[in-house]
Amino acid sequence: MNSAPAVIDPFAVGAPEAEVGALAAAALALARDLKLAFRRPAQLLQPLAFFALVTMLFPLSISPELSQLRLVAPGALWAAALLASLLALEFLFRDDAQDGTLEQYALSGQSLTALLFAKTAAHWLLTGLPLALMAPIAALALGAPTSALPGIIAAVGLGSVTLSLIGAIGAALTLGIRRSGVLLSLLTLPLSLPVLIFGARATQVAISGGAIIAPLELLAAMAVFGVTLAPLAAAAAVRISLE
Amino acid sequence: MPVRSLEAENLHLWRGERHVLRGVAFALGAGECLAVTGANGAGKTTLLRTLAGLMYPEGGHVRWAGADVRADLRAYQGSLAYLGHEPPLKADLTARENLHYWIGVRRRVSPAALGAALARVGVEALAERLVRTLSAGQRRRVALAALALCVVPLWLLDEPATNLDADGQRLVGGLIAEQLARGGLAVAAIHHSLALPAGQVRQLELAA
Amino acid sequence: MRFTWFHRLGSPPYIYGLARRLTPWFAWSAALLIAGGVWGGLVLAPPDYQQGDGFRIIYVHAPSAWLSLMVYTSMAVAAAVGLIWRIKVAHALAASCAPIGASFTVAALVTGSLWGQPMWGTYWQWDPRLTSELVLLFLYLGYMGLRAGIEDTQRADRASAVLAVVGVVNVPIIHYSVTWWNSLHQAPSVMRLAKPTMAASMLVPLLVMFLGFTLLFLALVLVRLRAEILARERSSSWIREALGA
Repeated sequence: MNSAPAVIDPFAVGAPEAEVGALAAAALALARDLKLAFRRPAQLLQPLAFFALVTMLFPLSISPELSQLRLVAPGALWAAALLASLLALEFLFRDDAQDGTLEQYALSGQSLTALLFAKTAAHWLLTGLPLALMAPIAALALGAPTSALPGIIAAVGLGSVTLSLIGAIGAALTLGIRRSGVLLSLLTLPLSLPVLIFGARATQVAISGGAIIAPLELLAAMAVFGVTLAPLAAAAAVRISLE
Repeated sequence: MPVRSLEAENLHLWRGERHVLRGVAFALGAGECLAVTGANGAGKTTLLRTLAGLMYPEGGHVRWAGADVRADLRAYQGSLAYLGHEPPLKADLTARENLHYWIGVRRRVSPAALGAALARVGVEALAERLVRTLSAGQRRRVALAALALCVVPLWLLDEPATNLDADGQRLVGGLIAEQLARGGLAVAAIHHSLALPAGQVRQLELAA
Repeated sequence: MRFTWFHRLGSPPYIYGLARRLTPWFAWSAALLIAGGVWGGLVLAPPDYQQGDGFRIIYVHAPSAWLSLMVYTSMAVAAAVGLIWRIKVAHALAASCAPIGASFTVAALVTGSLWGQPMWGTYWQWDPRLTSELVLLFLYLGYMGLRAGIEDTQRADRASAVLAVVGVVNVPIIHYSVTWWNSLHQAPSVMRLAKPTMAASMLVPLLVMFLGFTLLFLALVLVRLRAEILARERSSSWIREALGA
């Protein structure tokens, strides 16, 4: 019945297939970060090497006796993990902020929170997860029994999630500040203390052979809390840095 | 077809103590291009970033299709393309990969469309080369390919012809002409004049 | 929803004038209350049956500690207001709070440490309250460090506001974690005197000191606020009038 020709709007996004949902966009952001990281594999090893180095400081400065090291193992392990993940935060937003990619994310029409969460997830896969897999080796070197190792992997795995999320906030806040490494640590460490306390506690329980489920649940709860709030704060901080 | 227009109403913006935007105002309709000129430091980039919603003016409004852009900033930003001074390309990815990830978060593009866009700007031979190996002019062309893929109503371009030879400048003019012919709008901060028919271009001079 | 009073409070000249008028009131009443509290605490209150005269440092320690936390919360609230409604005076207020709060934190740590010496024989114990105060000091230092690291005032305001809000959300979490950590290891118990068993003659000077310190904070923050406003608005015309007049 309608005889008038339909006016086609050239700017209509086109078929609905061309639309990109938040999940797809986030997946793409994650894929890009992973691909970029694997183009420079040497950079991925640096935080792990640092972790090993810091772990080595403890026997050298305390005692070679494994029985003595076992007492400080939880603390030493987590101090090393914390410092290594702090160093790795350099790689999270800095490059994207400098070349304008972050700006394009903010202007993409997609949720910046979701995109930054994807970036943080990629960062964890590239640093936190390897750290968790390396932690048992460091723990053995500090005198932990092999029975403790699964618990230690779980504890460092969960704790490093929260550390990446808190670190994302600090990294976003310090974008564009010259030589911000120390400031970043100064901001991130106090906020990471609860992870340190409960992570070390979980490691202690794992070493002494107790029920590790309770501290692990707390670490998981912190990770969930972090996942819901940290990307929001990071997105706010990124927008502020773009102003 | 929705009515498209971009209006700036008495924009004021301070950067620290500098009053950068002092009552900037204009109205732009479909098929029109605004050429923003001015000395270095006059506020061209600031104006573009304010129009993009990245910066927040202390006074005045930016209106898109009559509505204040602040009302639904994300939707507004989804319907514009912003190209800043530096092309946002990753040095460790190829030209094609860069475009795939850059545009892919906004809308799905087929590999064929990517190839066509690269050909349009004359760099199809460089598609599989890492951006790290490209010259500044070549990178600028890759960024223009992304622009060609962004079929959105509003283009905000900050010195789009930087690092380009005469041929490249004609390319920029051609792309903008296509955008205007579609009924879109463009705001471009430029140093030289754009190769466009005078009837389509409005001028805005910013005083330092 | 905006009310006229809200708008007026956001105006730097108005706040500047208000601060100038209110400061003497706060300053003098603070001086009176603190003097009264000190006299009451040192002279009127009887010695504690357990700690002798050593407990009297609580009259400085407890208000300092409480204020260090209250100031951080106020700073976070002011920063949040500035962030959400883009009110520059709120950011100036947050900036003014930070050094004062940090000073109260240092005072709490120093007095806590001095109290420790007669009580435990050491100048430091990893007591949960002292440890929390130490973490709070780092939160203040981080806030001030971030502000100092960003040159553009507006960006410094907004970034540090995000940090303050994130910090204030974390303060209870950190405090809980530290308390729990401490309880695991049965460290020597804290220096708090059980409040219900405190005699009125001990309690009243303490409350007086709390109030006096709060008024001291208000006086100090208003002085700093005026200085902040002066620095931020130095090229405005109203400043020249206000100073010239």
